[in-house]
Amino acid sequence: MSASIETPTAQVQAQVHEPPHPLREFWSYFSQNQGAVAGLLVFAVICLVAISADFTHPHPPNEQFREHFLQPPMWQEGGSAEFPLGTDAVGRDMLSRIMHGARYSLVIGLIVISLSLTAGITLGLVAAFHRGVIEIVVMRTMDILLSLPSLLLAVVIVAILGPDLFNAMLAISVVYIPHLVRLTRAAALTERSKDYVTASRVAGAGTLRLAVVTVLPNCLAPLIVQATLSFSSAILDAAALGFLGMGAQPPTPEWGTMLAEAREFVLRAWWVVTFPGVAILVTVLALNLLGDGLRDALDPKLKRM
Amino acid sequence: MKDRARGLALAAALGLTALTAQAKTLVYCSEGSPEGFNASLYTAGTTFDASSRQIFDRLVEFEPTNLTIVPGLAESWTISDDGLSYTFKLRAGVKFHASRNFTPSREFNADDVVYSFERQLLVDHPMHNVSGGQYEYFESMDMPALIQSIDKIDALTVRFTLNRPEAPFLSNLGMDFASIMSREQADALLAAGTPEKADLQPVGTGPFLLLAYQKDAVIRYKAHPDYWAGKAAIDDLIFAITPDASVRLQKLRAGECHVMAYPNPADIASIRSDPALILQEQAGMNIGYLAFNTEKAPFTDKRVRQALNMAVDKQAIIDAVYQGEGMIAKNPFPPTIWSYNESIQDYAYDPEGARRLLAEAGVSHLETDIWAMPVQRPYNPNARRMAELIQSDWAKVGVTARPVTFEWGEYLKRSKMGEHQTVLLGWTGDNGDPDNFLFTLLSCGAARDAANRARWCNEDFEALLMQAKSTADIARRTEYYEKAQVIFKEEAPWITIAHSVVFMPMRNEVVGYRIDPFGLHKFYGVDLQ
Amino acid sequence: MIRFILTRVGLVLPTFIGITLLAFAMIRLIPGDPVELLVGERGMTAERHAQLRAGLGLDKPLLVQYASYIGGVLHGDLGKSIVTKRPVSEEFFTLFPATVELSLCALLFAVLLGLPAGIIAAVRRGSTFDHTVMGVALTGYSMPIFWWGLLLIILFSGILGWTPVSGRISLLFYFDAVTGFMLIDSLLSGQEGAFVSTLSHLVLPTIVLGTIPLAVIARQTRSAMLEVLNEDYVRTARAKGLAPLRVIGLHALRNALIPVVTVIGLQVGVLFSGAVLTETIFAWPGIGKWLIDSISRRDYPSVQGGILLIATTVILVNLAVDLVYGLINPRIRHNR
Repeated sequence: MSASIETPTAQVQAQVHEPPHPLREFWSYFSQNQGAVAGLLVFAVICLVAISADFTHPHPPNEQFREHFLQPPMWQEGGSAEFPLGTDAVGRDMLSRIMHGARYSLVIGLIVISLSLTAGITLGLVAAFHRGVIEIVVMRTMDILLSLPSLLLAVVIVAILGPDLFNAMLAISVVYIPHLVRLTRAAALTERSKDYVTASRVAGAGTLRLAVVTVLPNCLAPLIVQATLSFSSAILDAAALGFLGMGAQPPTPEWGTMLAEAREFVLRAWWVVTFPGVAILVTVLALNLLGDGLRDALDPKLKRM
Repeated sequence: MKDRARGLALAAALGLTALTAQAKTLVYCSEGSPEGFNASLYTAGTTFDASSRQIFDRLVEFEPTNLTIVPGLAESWTISDDGLSYTFKLRAGVKFHASRNFTPSREFNADDVVYSFERQLLVDHPMHNVSGGQYEYFESMDMPALIQSIDKIDALTVRFTLNRPEAPFLSNLGMDFASIMSREQADALLAAGTPEKADLQPVGTGPFLLLAYQKDAVIRYKAHPDYWAGKAAIDDLIFAITPDASVRLQKLRAGECHVMAYPNPADIASIRSDPALILQEQAGMNIGYLAFNTEKAPFTDKRVRQALNMAVDKQAIIDAVYQGEGMIAKNPFPPTIWSYNESIQDYAYDPEGARRLLAEAGVSHLETDIWAMPVQRPYNPNARRMAELIQSDWAKVGVTARPVTFEWGEYLKRSKMGEHQTVLLGWTGDNGDPDNFLFTLLSCGAARDAANRARWCNEDFEALLMQAKSTADIARRTEYYEKAQVIFKEEAPWITIAHSVVFMPMRNEVVGYRIDPFGLHKFYGVDLQ
Repeated sequence: MIRFILTRVGLVLPTFIGITLLAFAMIRLIPGDPVELLVGERGMTAERHAQLRAGLGLDKPLLVQYASYIGGVLHGDLGKSIVTKRPVSEEFFTLFPATVELSLCALLFAVLLGLPAGIIAAVRRGSTFDHTVMGVALTGYSMPIFWWGLLLIILFSGILGWTPVSGRISLLFYFDAVTGFMLIDSLLSGQEGAFVSTLSHLVLPTIVLGTIPLAVIARQTRSAMLEVLNEDYVRTARAKGLAPLRVIGLHALRNALIPVVTVIGLQVGVLFSGAVLTETIFAWPGIGKWLIDSISRRDYPSVQGGILLIATTVILVNLAVDLVYGLINPRIRHNR
């Protein structure tokens, strides 16, 4: 709530300084944050790997090399350059699987944020512009969803829909909706009371136009930050579901599923357990760094996690 | 090795050492929590391990190597010529467990036998509805229809009267649901108004008595000091409930347990090569199969079924799905069961021949589904992988197959209704009787919405099964069953795929453990060096 | 003040009713047949099947089932587990202390490390310490904890052999559960080594479960501290020449703690989610694992009861945090 008090000052200051183009200004803030830039770079590399996996992978991800079960990485005794990160229990190349896994993780992130953003923003705006019964119903429902631990809720939803990757993404999207609804509603309510909205209303704009065209663009900053952070959480949560056997199903090279399959080899073949985990960690870390940078650059007042 | 030594040293420093001399304690890393401690109420092997196999005895028991029936609480028995009346002479001087909550005032007698069965049989028995009142195994072995009455002749003689002759009945009495419980305890608890305690604080005559149970953590037993066959060699028995197989193995290696259940197939090789561990193995009493829905064309034609049998490379399945640790199945039950017909020739892997036979049957461009269950079962560690292999084998003979799966409960229900064309399933034996496989899985009665997933009904086969049921003479029964297996193979309602192998890893100091042919775990007779 | 409490409590009721509806509806939407699962491959006759479903009350219209369920809930009866045939509440409350014990230890671990780390990082903003703490915190926040658990097991139990692999206490200690909290029970038992054994079993799960809350708390503390340190009254205090420690301790910390307390309260839900994974990895006999098992067995009453009880716990904790927050921060009380 305190943000509403501060914003006018920030605007005044900005006007005094004769701001450069908003994008340039954003970049100048963003690039000061070394972590964020590093995150961006790593993320770009991961995207590249994901896009090009079909051409750059050493082997097809699901091809089984029957003579190379659980072969260690190349630098370890028994490893070979043919399988740089070793092979898994049925002789599939770990490196290729991890490269393809990047693709799944990015798709998971993208789909989850598009689904949850669409639903969250819609419900949030509806709640902000239809105060009364509709608002109460929407917000109480969100409270109910929030009172269930997120992973538990996701597990139950997957159990209902059946375990596969898309259903896992749907479940995770549902879990993320309440936060986005609250965020959108709070931001929209703040904006709604401002003069420019009243002006627009007086000028005869309908509620839909008011909500989508006038108010929404001004609420985007926190939503973008939240979306980036949701992107990384989605990858983590999808991996957790995969780990519980409720996400992508084998032989899909999704990282969490790979970890679940690798569990029985914990003590025998460290590489099948370690690399998918490292891949998840690095991707999520890069995204979180990026998210932090975005937040600082877009809205210095939103420093909270 | 060094690491392990350090681990043990630390364990010792913390007072954790499992290997102290005074009281012999055996720790068993089990795979899950039991559903409860009254074996007649439940159906899971995990429950039987924790209850009937340690705490209770039955009238008859199975000899573990050849599954013949040996005396238990009954010293001897006679079967009337018409096969309708079974009279048991009970063992004298058998003592029930004395625990914190119950002190028996008398020894085991006929009242306990009558009570143990009447609780399940008689709907108006005062104990019948306690703890849910559903006796699934009793039901599914058709006992309510089979038993006419159970009578106490004298203190140590009991007679069962049947409605029809049923040769496997004696085997049924060795099953877990037929465990003998204390009538005296039930009466006392009924009088106290807390009958459900009979199922929570079980009192039996078995080699171990239950001390304490913490769900998902631990079950503790103490050796029954007055066990009729002699006190167990170990003093305390602990079940450390550890659901994760690799964690169980790690605990075994660290000396935190002595025996573990269900190792990962992937770890078998490394267990074998570990000098601190022993690996026992035995063919499991199970069968994994693919059943054709013989009511749906073209699987109504036995040539099609035979052709698809020939098209499957079973050795590849054993290697990929059972990690090489399985046995190709040719008959519908494993060789550990008597009357297994050794002379049967399995369909050899022959894609060429399969293609010819399909053409002969006038079948081309066949499209079918292969149902694959979503869960790991003792007889099939990975049905989906199996389905993929069969799919590619069949593709080589021009058959397009599509793997299908459902949630497990749904899968069982729909396959029972015959919605499938072909379905992967299996069976684990209950009582070591061939009838338990052949009749349950392949009889005409089971073909209508029951366990016969092939929905196959063959008159000659059926006639042999019925003849075998009505005689108690093992030699004659063997003859009938051997003939029945010939018909089964020729008609090919299934592809018999594999019998899995049961593995029991244990530490070197464990002696006297014998793998239970039913895949259960019994610790009487086990000692620590 | 009373009005504030009443409105907060009033808001909880509809949520609670919603939860019962949700739990009830969800589990019935899950495909599968609990009766069929009881017998496996064996199958049963259609009559027997119908009989068993009726026994479970599954044959009645949904509304009637819901009504009888709510009736039970109001009497404190959550039904009986289909699998074990024991009352759900009994099952829940025998396992609940294990989860609570683990969660509290994890929270304690997170607060004890996270709070000082965040404060020092804020005070020494821009220092190597600050960068390290924030780097580690962000890494912790990005950690797939199920993988983290496996790594720790490999390292500490497998390679080093320092900690036991799983469980709550060495099984060679045997005493009755008095409180259900192993730390307390092992002390009460008076058995030598029991408490140490309990601690050694708790270490890894605590670290794994505490990692994310630790990261969140450290980051939150730092940013709250930074905000407060910039406030005029702190600057004034500094300008007055008060000792830096005094400024930090007395003025800044007290105000910075308010948002931190909220964040700690919010971690309860996070802890439950983490408990599901942590308990699965360490075979910890708690409710997280129990619920996952119940879901896969289609044990309707257990899942329903479990969801209800967990959600209630989360609601109550949030309510408590809300109220505490309202007490220490009068502004909130009047704003809402």
